Amino acid sequence: MSVIADNVSTILSSGVRLTVPLALAACGEYLAERAGTMNISVEAMMLGGAFGSIAVASATGSATTGLVAGVLIGIVIGFVHGNLSHRMEINTFVVGLVLNALVLGLTSYLITISTFDSHQVAQVSVPWLRDIPLIGQPLFVERWPAYLLLVIIPLTWWLVERSRWGLELRAVGEQPQAADVTGIRVNHRRRQALLWCGALAGLGGAYLAVGEVGIFNQNMTAGRGYIVIAAVIFGAWRLGRTLLGCLLFGLADAMRLALPALGLTVNSQLLVVAPYLLALLAMLIFATRNREPRALAQPFQRGSA
Amino acid sequence: MTSHVPAGATSKGRKGNPAGRRALPLPGPGFWWTAAVTVAGVLVALALSSALIAATGGSPADSVAALFQGSVADATAWTSTLLYTAPLLLVAVGTCVAARSGLFNIGQEGQVLIGAMAGAWVGLRLAVTGPALLVCVLVAAMLAGAAWAGLSALMHRYRGVNVVVSTLLMTFIAQQVVAFAVNTPALLQESRIGDGTLAPQSNPLPPSALLGSFGEYPALQVNGGLVLAVAGAVIVAVALSRSRWGFKLTMLGHNPDAARHAGFRTTLLGGGALALSGAFAGLAGAVLLTSPIGVNRLQPGMAMNIGWDGLLVALVARNRPLLAVPVAALFGVLRSGGSFLAATGVPAFLVDVVKALLVLAFVAPPVVVGMVRRRRMARAGAKPVPALEEAIA
Repeated sequence: MSVIADNVSTILSSGVRLTVPLALAACGEYLAERAGTMNISVEAMMLGGAFGSIAVASATGSATTGLVAGVLIGIVIGFVHGNLSHRMEINTFVVGLVLNALVLGLTSYLITISTFDSHQVAQVSVPWLRDIPLIGQPLFVERWPAYLLLVIIPLTWWLVERSRWGLELRAVGEQPQAADVTGIRVNHRRRQALLWCGALAGLGGAYLAVGEVGIFNQNMTAGRGYIVIAAVIFGAWRLGRTLLGCLLFGLADAMRLALPALGLTVNSQLLVVAPYLLALLAMLIFATRNREPRALAQPFQRGSA
Repeated sequence: MTSHVPAGATSKGRKGNPAGRRALPLPGPGFWWTAAVTVAGVLVALALSSALIAATGGSPADSVAALFQGSVADATAWTSTLLYTAPLLLVAVGTCVAARSGLFNIGQEGQVLIGAMAGAWVGLRLAVTGPALLVCVLVAAMLAGAAWAGLSALMHRYRGVNVVVSTLLMTFIAQQVVAFAVNTPALLQESRIGDGTLAPQSNPLPPSALLGSFGEYPALQVNGGLVLAVAGAVIVAVALSRSRWGFKLTMLGHNPDAARHAGFRTTLLGGGALALSGAFAGLAGAVLLTSPIGVNRLQPGMAMNIGWDGLLVALVARNRPLLAVPVAALFGVLRSGGSFLAATGVPAFLVDVVKALLVLAFVAPPVVVGMVRRRRMARAGAKPVPALEEAIA
């Protein structure tokens, strides 16, 4: 294989690996936003999931148990967020900011005073397919949780677009008053959506820790949660385009890491800023098409117009 | 947010700006409940923090002593606390203005950085001497912060982009803009001395562009930044509670439709409030740049989360500029005391946990008390009070 093809394959591999945690969390964030929660605590969910997975993996010696623990921690954060903002009716952005600060502080505190062993889940490489030139290595040699995406993406799509639960969920995100009148428990449904979001964002964070890196670093997710939010906006609240955004942002990240080694000078700030810039541009360009859930980030209270 | 009377009732038969009454709420029904729940919440937050220290093998008493030692025990500690208080307070005061108009600006961290960048540019490039240079630096920072927040206002006005989302995204863009500026020799990167490698930072600002302090080392020093911040808090508090502008802003925050029908130019009013909050954040950036808190150079990490923390200060102070003064001082205490914690074996990250829990303890009670009251009234068959409580948004 030529050198160029090798380099391209390497960048693609790294890009796919950086995309997987984003895509996992984006499936959750997408569902939460369709229900009307602009969930910025997705960063906390990912970071908490990453920390929890390594801590539990280190304690039990099993990376898979760690992965499950990461999911559970994500669910716990989703539960806290849901109850604070959709039961106690505290502003959801305030809750998100506080949870992000809390989880960042807590995990930084705990990682400073404790040491954990390195743990990683097994790598699965698909026979035959991995030998495809160029895309074989990037797509078919992965840590096994990456293949969960093959189930999670269709499941999320089916839940939102085809199930009765999802129909009601979208109603809650578009017209909570109308949904309420038809007997759907609006805030209950939004809390459920946050649990799903927490599970997937926790899984994304855990994948980052016990899947890719094997250890936990202080502020390991480093704003990936915000990139996930940017991806959902960039994808105009459609699942396919959101995942495309994740892939784009993952590849941009991989380029940033790989280009200096290839001897190319490229403006790394531009690559870092690309997700946020593209998300803003998408909002500016498509704003008039009214793609966003109409009740996004609006609290629901029975009896108020 | 602790107003417990329906919106119409406050203005009836009273002179002056009815919104001003909100600055000093009379103890109405629910007030004492809110106070009690807040105290309970703070106690729970402190208990949880102590439990965390104890569970990880530290001593809560030693940690409190270290926090005290590093923040208020002597003149040097006070000096450092007050240095942190100034930018925190500036950011918080700006946040109060935007929140009063119903817009939730969460991009202060970026506005602080952009303000600092503009200040550094002017301080290093403008051929002005004497104290006029300092004035130019501060004004430039305010204008840049206002412009950065103003972009979000424009996006909201012309394309309907959610202000919270755009200010959040603009923060990450600001971080990279500053990183680019200090990595590019043609812009703001330091000039080469000898043949050392260039660090990603600007040259130090000339002495005439720096904020002076009152008092001599090692006694208590009060930096000019604190004077600016407290003056800003007082002016904004008075303007919000006593001026026509403040009344319009509060009305816009409570009921945009009513404000529009009353003939206010709501777009200009709201956009102006957002820009003003950006200006305060930009000024905080200039204070970070020109006060002895750092090295007086533009650096990508110089905002030190002051923007995020200032936002939390405003939340705890429930968007009241005067209440923000003691709260900012408390956050300054946590910051300067945090550096002493490490000596007792407790990582300084503990203060971040304490801060987050404290914010929750202050934000939750009024909302919860309001919710319980509404539910009780609904159960009693009465007409529920229109929700004023979620006006943070």
